[in-house]
Amino acid sequence: MRLARVALVWSALATAVVVPIAAAATSPLLAWRDPVYISAGFAGVVALGLLLVQPLLMGGYLPELSAHRGRCIHRWIGVLLVVAVVAHVGALWLTSPPDVIDALLFASPTPFSAWGVIAMWAVFATALLAALRRQLRVRLRSWRAGHMVLAVFIVVGSVIHTILIEGTMETMSKVALCALVIAATVKVIADLRGWAKRWSR
Amino acid sequence: MTITRLSRRSLLTAGGSLVASSVCGLLVSARAEGLAPTRSMPGGSNNYRPGAPIVQRIGGGGFWMTGTVRRAGDGSPLPGQRIQIWAHTTEGYEPDPKSHGATLTDSNGVFRLEMPQIIPAFGQAHGHLAYDSGEFQAVFLRPVMSSSKNTSLEAHFVLQPV
Repeated sequence: MRLARVALVWSALATAVVVPIAAAATSPLLAWRDPVYISAGFAGVVALGLLLVQPLLMGGYLPELSAHRGRCIHRWIGVLLVVAVVAHVGALWLTSPPDVIDALLFASPTPFSAWGVIAMWAVFATALLAALRRQLRVRLRSWRAGHMVLAVFIVVGSVIHTILIEGTMETMSKVALCALVIAATVKVIADLRGWAKRWSR
Repeated sequence: MTITRLSRRSLLTAGGSLVASSVCGLLVSARAEGLAPTRSMPGGSNNYRPGAPIVQRIGGGGFWMTGTVRRAGDGSPLPGQRIQIWAHTTEGYEPDPKSHGATLTDSNGVFRLEMPQIIPAFGQAHGHLAYDSGEFQAVFLRPVMSSSKNTSLEAHFVLQPV
């Protein structure tokens, strides 16, 4: 019974991440894109998938994973997220430099660009915050609050960015993944705030 | 005692000139307010290649870019104006030279150029058009398709003399 639950949760997570990627792989738009542009799109889809894994790891919702192990993987996935975002923006830059420059300067005609750029800076800021945690010498609670605020920017920015784009992602799987990312984020924030309150008593 | 007789002729003349002057006045004020020039859109000039050749068709065609070119103020059509068009299509990227072409407006200030199907790029199905010939102020447009399944797109220019 326990084994069944473990298998169910992990396969559900794998499905939630893999199905949108597989659906994007069947997009008719791919026929008219070169490998650089295609990889830019997939880097974005993968990054969105990683955003679902991150809160699940920190909330301890994944079975057969100790809290310590979960945090350790959370860190590495954070590194992967930075790599995916850099690959996404970098490959788009190679595809059409002026469009990316407009986006980075918040001068783009497309409303989703600004949300993507906000999420990008929030990802970089989070990585910096995580890398400098010891040097910063702030209380764990303050550090965690800062991380949570940035996480909200990342999730909200990324979801709006993704939803507004007409790209390689298939609509149903895109909306479903975005909904899951939001749900997981809300859940972990609610739970962690609950713990924080319990600790402070 | 002098009686000022209003003959039919003088009445018509006076009335006519009154109507004429008021109509002229209306026209003048209409011109003064005038048709405002089209402003360039954000990102309109992205991947622009000055001097794209005038072509019968860009690539294999199948998609129509249409529009009009008029003068700011009186809105009169401008014939023989060169409009440059480019987009991400089924045949190439925006920066590719083969994705670019130009056409001239006809005597009614209308242009029409066949090109390959525009497909969504950078998140939106959109085209680019430019007026950049010097006689009027340059205008760069970036119209967005209401649906990426559409097979035509239009854009209109109102140009301001330099």
